[in-house]
Amino acid sequence: MSRALVLRGGEVVDAGGRRRADVVIVDGVVTAVGAGAANEAPCGATVLDAAGCVVAPGLVDLHAHLRQPGREEAETVESGARAAALGGYTALVAMPDTEPPVDSAAVAKEVLALGACAPVEVAVAGALTVGRAGERLAPMGELAALGVRLFTDDGAGVQDGAVLRRALDYARDLGVTVAQHCEDARLAAAGAMHEGAWSSRLGLPGIPAAAEEAMVARDVALARLTRGRLHFLHVSTAGSVELVRQAKAEGLDVSAEVTPHHLVLTDAACAGYDPVFKVNPPLRTEADVTALRAGLADGTIDAVATDHAPHAPEAKDLAFDEAPPGMLGLETALAVALSAVELDVALACLSWKPAAIAGLSPRHGGPVAEGAAANLCVIDPADKWTVTPARLASRSRNTPYAGWTFTGRNRHTIVAGDAVVVDGEALR
Amino acid sequence: MAERERSHTRGGTFVPRSQVLSAADVSRALVRMAHEVAERNGGLDDVVLIGLQTGGVPLAHRMAGALGDAEGAAVPVGTLDVAFYRDDIGLRPVLPEAATDVPKDLTGAVVVLVDDVLFTGRTVRAALHALSDFGRARAVQLAVMVDRGHRELPIRPDYVGKNLPTRRDEMVDVSEDGVVIGVLE
Amino acid sequence: MTHLLSVSDLGREGIEEVLRVADAFAEVGSRPIPKVPTLRGKAIATLFFEDSTRTRLSFETAAKRLSADVLSFSAAASSVKKGESVRDTIETVEAMGMDALVVRHSSAGVPVQVSRWVKHCKVVNGGDGWHEHPTQALLDCFTVRQARGDIEGLRVIVVGDIRHSRVARSQVLAYGALGAKVTLVAPGSLLPPSLEGWPVEVTDDLDAVLPSADVVSLLRLQAERGSGAFVPSLREYTSRFGLTARRAERLGPDAVVTHPGPMIRGVEIASEVAELPQTLVTRQVTNGVAVRMAVLFLLLGGAR
Repeated sequence: MSRALVLRGGEVVDAGGRRRADVVIVDGVVTAVGAGAANEAPCGATVLDAAGCVVAPGLVDLHAHLRQPGREEAETVESGARAAALGGYTALVAMPDTEPPVDSAAVAKEVLALGACAPVEVAVAGALTVGRAGERLAPMGELAALGVRLFTDDGAGVQDGAVLRRALDYARDLGVTVAQHCEDARLAAAGAMHEGAWSSRLGLPGIPAAAEEAMVARDVALARLTRGRLHFLHVSTAGSVELVRQAKAEGLDVSAEVTPHHLVLTDAACAGYDPVFKVNPPLRTEADVTALRAGLADGTIDAVATDHAPHAPEAKDLAFDEAPPGMLGLETALAVALSAVELDVALACLSWKPAAIAGLSPRHGGPVAEGAAANLCVIDPADKWTVTPARLASRSRNTPYAGWTFTGRNRHTIVAGDAVVVDGEALR
Repeated sequence: MAERERSHTRGGTFVPRSQVLSAADVSRALVRMAHEVAERNGGLDDVVLIGLQTGGVPLAHRMAGALGDAEGAAVPVGTLDVAFYRDDIGLRPVLPEAATDVPKDLTGAVVVLVDDVLFTGRTVRAALHALSDFGRARAVQLAVMVDRGHRELPIRPDYVGKNLPTRRDEMVDVSEDGVVIGVLE
Repeated sequence: MTHLLSVSDLGREGIEEVLRVADAFAEVGSRPIPKVPTLRGKAIATLFFEDSTRTRLSFETAAKRLSADVLSFSAAASSVKKGESVRDTIETVEAMGMDALVVRHSSAGVPVQVSRWVKHCKVVNGGDGWHEHPTQALLDCFTVRQARGDIEGLRVIVVGDIRHSRVARSQVLAYGALGAKVTLVAPGSLLPPSLEGWPVEVTDDLDAVLPSADVVSLLRLQAERGSGAFVPSLREYTSRFGLTARRAERLGPDAVVTHPGPMIRGVEIASEVAELPQTLVTRQVTNGVAVRMAVLFLLLGGAR
């Protein structure tokens, strides 16, 4: 008895374009795509209504903190993956800043095993240096053999240029990607928000844009020197966007991502000292938001990545400068992206482009065609909904969008041919 | 404007209805009360007049003038704003309207409190409490131009210009032009 | 007034009201028994997560002179350490029946957060990180007005570590609201990163603006907040920005000098200058009680 699923009446949108089509899935593989294909489906197939909806390759998140092992009170691989599935994701890359960090095969295997039972595919990023201390390289070869494709000390940037240079040289042979959280620790120095007019008024120590841009500039130079592949995590300033633009124009092998919150929120949000708006890199100015949106539109920035950073409520109930930085993102990313850029740009940046950077293509993000792996999402672009923190699937509640109303929501998610989310409810 | 006991909890303007004392009547009453003060206290030794802000202050000064004419002696005059001692506050705090300026130590003095209208007695109670913070007076007496009844506390005046029965909803205004009864609208 | 978290909560009228009521409480302070029963039955807690004996005593004296009950919590004595939940402490204290909380913390914004956590308490900002110290600015305005009359049009210079100073931020708002012309005097490294929206002029040349200043507001170099690293040395700071005896000679005949205390004699102010009659520091301390009485009265003086 085969598993058969039909997505009926939607509009398929992928890297190849748009067309009205039903999609038939049997045993995890797309078997037919076309108008009326539903009529040819095997009997006993489950039919999911996609009328008025967009059927797209499932979203892929390059940057999610699932907190397991070590901070399970904030999130686990399972709860984070469920949140991702609700958000339309079929795969995500789990960041390695766990406790202990993913700087050894043992820890990587632990997370991969947890991910094997999760509702979406969980890829694991490895730490770039041992203990994420920025000194000695982590065993990238060993981790690559387990399937790790992305290496980063995210949460911190590699401060020592020589260490990053060495990592780029070493990674080049392995064909994996080095990803940098660009933040000069000394310039950032205990800053709690963007350094500017608002931080001056609020009396909070600030992180100047230069703290990010100085390291982006240095790392572009190192990419040039080593001809290695470098991915810039969560770029947040207009200056960074311009540096990446020039690097790409020069032909360097660099890519960049931006978070959904940096596309819609500014440092003005910190006026009430609510730590839910504290994040690293910090929310910046209107001019930065404009430049980031333009960067997405012209391809300078390749992907929207959530930087989903759960924190238990007690953890965020501290003074603004003492609270840990980070916001939730998996369940709201699609809606936020749709409020900032056109649907086609949003889908490219949420699905097939990040899938390629993560090395998950074409299994994820690939064209919706006969023979393709069935990792899909069905999005209702007209669905109006309000964000209620208590109703999120994450174990944590630190979303900056509490009470916001969005237009556009994921309705169904199909992972490896199974419907894991139907009508906005998680089945697993 | 009299009736501080109500003007803070209700807004509105005073609308006069009838004049019960003329300016000349008030002057005569003041002279009579001044003589009564001197008579009762056997002279003016140790007597201090304290006018209650704001209606009692001009009367206290006028009475001091009348006492000076009668006895040939100058009587010290102080002023007292009882905002901080009131027990009938509304949702907003009652702000002091004018200065409190009392001779520093009233121990052994005969204090004559002077006010324009005696109504519920709560203002006088507050004034007695305030006075106790300035030393232990030998005696405290009360002089009012109008006693309009409706006492809520066991307080009675020693010197009265005029006893004037009124309805609760009426208001009494004492000014240089005399005494007028009206309503708040 | 619901809370006093920032001088901007008051506006010009609000500030004038505080100063007027403070006048009345200054008179109370001069009586043999400097006490009124106005807040009898109300309970006020001072929650000083950052130590400050002077400010805490000033608030507590103010509360007691209003006949309120006073509870004091200070960081050193209590179990509240950095990283422990301020929120738990607040909820416990409020459940004990407090009507007002005076909160001081080394992190900016904590009083604002507290005002969101409480159910009915009124909150007074007793100083939060670099952000604001509203009652200090109010008592400075009160003292200056006492000495110089109307503040409208006065030339006020604020000298020192503006970047890390909550007193400076509150003063800019208060003096500005009352119509004074404010100039900040500091080295570039001790200015906030951005002065966008601040109604001030800026200079690093103290000698140029000193002779025409009506009010010289000196700030303390905040070594405990790290200001020391922002200037090459204390000696250089004093030579460029200290109110030395020589500089004091060039002050206008009616100019006055204020300092929020404690003074570091020899750094921002020469010892002999601290003793001059135009230095209003002692009066500031006395007036602090009257101004804080006014604030507590305006917050709690109505029926509950």
